Amino acid sequence: MRYSFLSVLLNGLSGQRGWKPAWRDAAPKPAYDVVIVGGGGHGLATAYYLAKVHGIRNVAVIEKGVIGSGNAGRNTTIVRSNYLLPGNEPFYEWSMKLWEGLERELNYNAMVSQRGVLNLYHSDAQRDAYARRGNAMRLNGVDSELLDAEGVRAMYPFLDFANARFPIRGGLLQRRGGTARHDAVVWGYARAADRLGVDIIQNCEVTGFLSEGSTITGVETTRGPIRAGKVGLAVAGSSSRVAAKAGLRLPIESHVLQAFVSEGLKPLIDGVVTFGAGHFYISQSDKGGLVFGGDIDGYNSYAQRGNLPVIEDVAEGGMALMPRIGRVRLLRHWGGIMDMSMDGSPIIDRTPRPGLYLNAGWCYGGFKATPASGWCFAHLLAKDAPHETASAMRLDRFRTGHLIDEKGVGAQPNLH
Amino acid sequence: MRIPCPYCGPRDSSEFSYLGDAAPTRPDPAAPGAEDAFFDYVYLRDNPAGPLEELWFHASGCRQWLKVLRDTRTHLISGAVFARPKAEVAR
Repeated sequence: MRYSFLSVLLNGLSGQRGWKPAWRDAAPKPAYDVVIVGGGGHGLATAYYLAKVHGIRNVAVIEKGVIGSGNAGRNTTIVRSNYLLPGNEPFYEWSMKLWEGLERELNYNAMVSQRGVLNLYHSDAQRDAYARRGNAMRLNGVDSELLDAEGVRAMYPFLDFANARFPIRGGLLQRRGGTARHDAVVWGYARAADRLGVDIIQNCEVTGFLSEGSTITGVETTRGPIRAGKVGLAVAGSSSRVAAKAGLRLPIESHVLQAFVSEGLKPLIDGVVTFGAGHFYISQSDKGGLVFGGDIDGYNSYAQRGNLPVIEDVAEGGMALMPRIGRVRLLRHWGGIMDMSMDGSPIIDRTPRPGLYLNAGWCYGGFKATPASGWCFAHLLAKDAPHETASAMRLDRFRTGHLIDEKGVGAQPNLH
Repeated sequence: MRIPCPYCGPRDSSEFSYLGDAAPTRPDPAAPGAEDAFFDYVYLRDNPAGPLEELWFHASGCRQWLKVLRDTRTHLISGAVFARPKAEVAR
């Protein structure tokens, strides 16, 4: 069923009884052309673009739990393309362009809202660094505006401009950035992929790989073996664990990142604002909750929950930025497991095992990348060659020294 | 998380800074195959889900490096020792 104003109206008049499930809960077939491991946003987007752009429809997405229950359902929903380095910026801008057309493409309301992303600066040195980043964005055809303190004040008069330690001097604004509804992105891709014939197989955990010599020819799962022409891994958070089953060691550590949402409030903050002197980012959901987060906890973890020191640190960042949220109560907080790569940038590449392809290392920036990650991974799987915007995201860049170290902190994953 | 520092006793993890997996050891740069060994040492990690021996520095305490055994699935810490044996520290 195509969703439209008419379908909403007719179902409203008939007591909402006409809606059908948005995708089939498929059982595994013995073999597929391509098997994608991981039913998050990236895996489902990959399957969708394989079917839509490359005409490869004999595809399965297999997921250990239910789709969207990992990091796709745990992020702070920010989309932006304000990167510095040439290996990153064209990719994230391609993602931004796909976000801009996503809802028409999928016929699904993903609530993409280009409400603007503002990164604040607090010193002359930070202003210069942001001016450089803004210029790098413009050289790649991306919008950016460097605001002074008055420009920021006109947008958000309630910020703590006179903070004695970290006065707000201005900010780098990307107006096309914003937020999207994370679950709707997963559901939209799942529905659109399903309509093109992709099997979405839930509660199906990969326990090993089928191989002939060094070539990967399928996966062993808790629901039986599934043969595949090609296998793509899109299991960020667990990449090391799954890749280890194929005998691979990755340049990745798993770390926990916490996120928070407050009780529902009346409209308070209409864009995305980040505090530049600590690490704190905040926006307001359409339900009214303030959605915010900060740094990763900083130690290896697969626990999907964090500890109090980082909660305190995030709260301090929030209070330094906008003291008026001091009496707002937290509604929920949670943790997700990040694939922290050794240079802070992702990997979309072939692996040393023929037939096995890797999409990993998203650190804590994977949500905004969902459409382009799917697009580029599908391109790689279909054509066996990297997409032009993801050609720097190679697995062997750590061996050859072609790192994409956006933050410049070296091979120390908990600092990226 | 509380880390049982062998010198200071149980202390909150916020007193410590984290380096990571204690297993990688710096290879000999003069040995044959040193380039591969350094790639492995700098970039590749086992990243296990389960018990992991890791290095923590007690920055706000005794300023000693500790080897802590911690489960990455539960954050349960089952022990901590000085990263270098006592005799080596004394030298």
